Amino acid sequence: MSGSEKLTSSSSELDLDRPNIEDYFPSSSIQEPRGKLRLRDLLDISPTLTEAAGAIVDDSFTRCFKSNPPEPWNWNVYLFPLWCCGVVVRYLILFPSRVIVLTLGWIVFLSSFIPVHVLLKGHDKLRKKLERYLVELMCSFFVASWTGVVKYHGPRPSRRPKQVFVANHTSMIDFIILEQMTAFAVIMQKHPGWVGLLQSTILESVGCIWFHRSEAKDREIVARKLREHVRGIDNNPLLIFPEGTCVNNHYTVMFKKGAFELGCTVCPIAIKYNKIFVDAFWNSRKQSFTTHLLQLMTSWAVVCDVWYLEPQTLKVGETPIEFAERVRDIISVRAGLKKVPWDGYLKYSRPSPKHREQKQQSFAESMLQRLQER
Amino acid sequence: MGNTSSMLTQYDIEEVQEHCSHTFSQQEIVSLYQRFCQLDRSGGGFISSEEFMSVPEFAVNPLSQRLLRMLDGLNFKEFVAFLSAFSPRATLQQKIEFIFRVYDSDGNGRVAMNDMLEVLRDLTGQYISEQQREQVLTQVLEEAGYTKDSSLVLSDFMKILGNSDLKMEVEVPVD
Repeated sequence: MSGSEKLTSSSSELDLDRPNIEDYFPSSSIQEPRGKLRLRDLLDISPTLTEAAGAIVDDSFTRCFKSNPPEPWNWNVYLFPLWCCGVVVRYLILFPSRVIVLTLGWIVFLSSFIPVHVLLKGHDKLRKKLERYLVELMCSFFVASWTGVVKYHGPRPSRRPKQVFVANHTSMIDFIILEQMTAFAVIMQKHPGWVGLLQSTILESVGCIWFHRSEAKDREIVARKLREHVRGIDNNPLLIFPEGTCVNNHYTVMFKKGAFELGCTVCPIAIKYNKIFVDAFWNSRKQSFTTHLLQLMTSWAVVCDVWYLEPQTLKVGETPIEFAERVRDIISVRAGLKKVPWDGYLKYSRPSPKHREQKQQSFAESMLQRLQER
Repeated sequence: MGNTSSMLTQYDIEEVQEHCSHTFSQQEIVSLYQRFCQLDRSGGGFISSEEFMSVPEFAVNPLSQRLLRMLDGLNFKEFVAFLSAFSPRATLQQKIEFIFRVYDSDGNGRVAMNDMLEVLRDLTGQYISEQQREQVLTQVLEEAGYTKDSSLVLSDFMKILGNSDLKMEVEVPVD
């Protein structure tokens, strides 16, 4: 763990985000035969120990963030030269041409964006329209620079008020892939470096909301900003990644309820990358975004499917958390992802003591009950 | 073991297998090594408490602190030996020995009422008062023929837990 990531016990606010985790755990908890409490029952801590050892050996949370390297297929005399040719083509032919495409894209974009931004200051509507188009264009250049082959399924998002879009999150390129089709406004964690610069200049034009994971009070501020944005008629539709962190495209972690309690329609989008060509999972602990982009640009292609799914609204008597889980289910089924009951932010903080206390409570109750029996 | 290399040689695997009394197959040891490297993010050759606690399923376990004391600073060979009690090939004796080690935190071979109280406290938290815990423990100890001042040794544990079907098994995922 890098020194700057302090593991703190998550605040009680985050608890409200989670439905009952116990529903997901297999009922391997302490179910012993009834009967009088004896010394051996008290000394036998094997169920708890087994759970702990099980977690040490394999756990569903770590699995979500594991990048699975593809099996090496170049291990024999025939395939190895083929693979070498592939490397040569990728690094010496594809990569330079992609860099050229990208540079061209930047030149075209900046030479149009800056004049539009500065000169049309008075004509906001026209300026916004042009900037939107230019951002979509720039994203198309980005996608071309990794030879992105994206298949879009379903009706294109329409610009209507009171709707948000949610999608599963694998890498920051999710945003670029979706943005090339429709100019979304986005909510993001502010990043350092050149990405941050991009965020504060260009993304501002399509609409951007910042959040800070580490700040507790931030949630209310962000919730307010979200509500304001959704009400505005002229704002771009808002795209939210409710997982809050990048997951390896085999699993989904629990959705944060923030996007689901705005009182508007939620349009789910499912994204699934084809790993044969490249593993698009951005493991932010292992590589910087620049390294990640370079990896994409030296691969054959980025192939993915994007499904725009049927818009959902909060059902009568459904809580926002249940709504979030329902939408997560829709997205996971469509993209073939497995659901795990963990909050993505557990990457940065410890689980709340509430879960341990629940286990303690059930053990205590069973113990007291058996004491009564004669 | 190679310090940061992710490759185990055949010698290494056999050495580890010896050390854990053949409770794991060679394939399982390879899987465990992958898991060990995955958890040991800092690459120091051992998994720190922080790294264990970053596994949420482990962190919510009531006995996690007690186990961390036993797991602290273990290298891979010792890590496999630690887990050997959870293999389906482990004998009942090995399992009971492990449970004894969890109770006997100071390692002096004796488990006193205090040790048992500590474990019970971890398991029940604030949901039973300290008084009640002492009461219950004293009661079941006396019913089993001990007093609250007796210290139990390993053979006592064998006697108490020996007749039960202790289910303490964990499956090592093998690709």
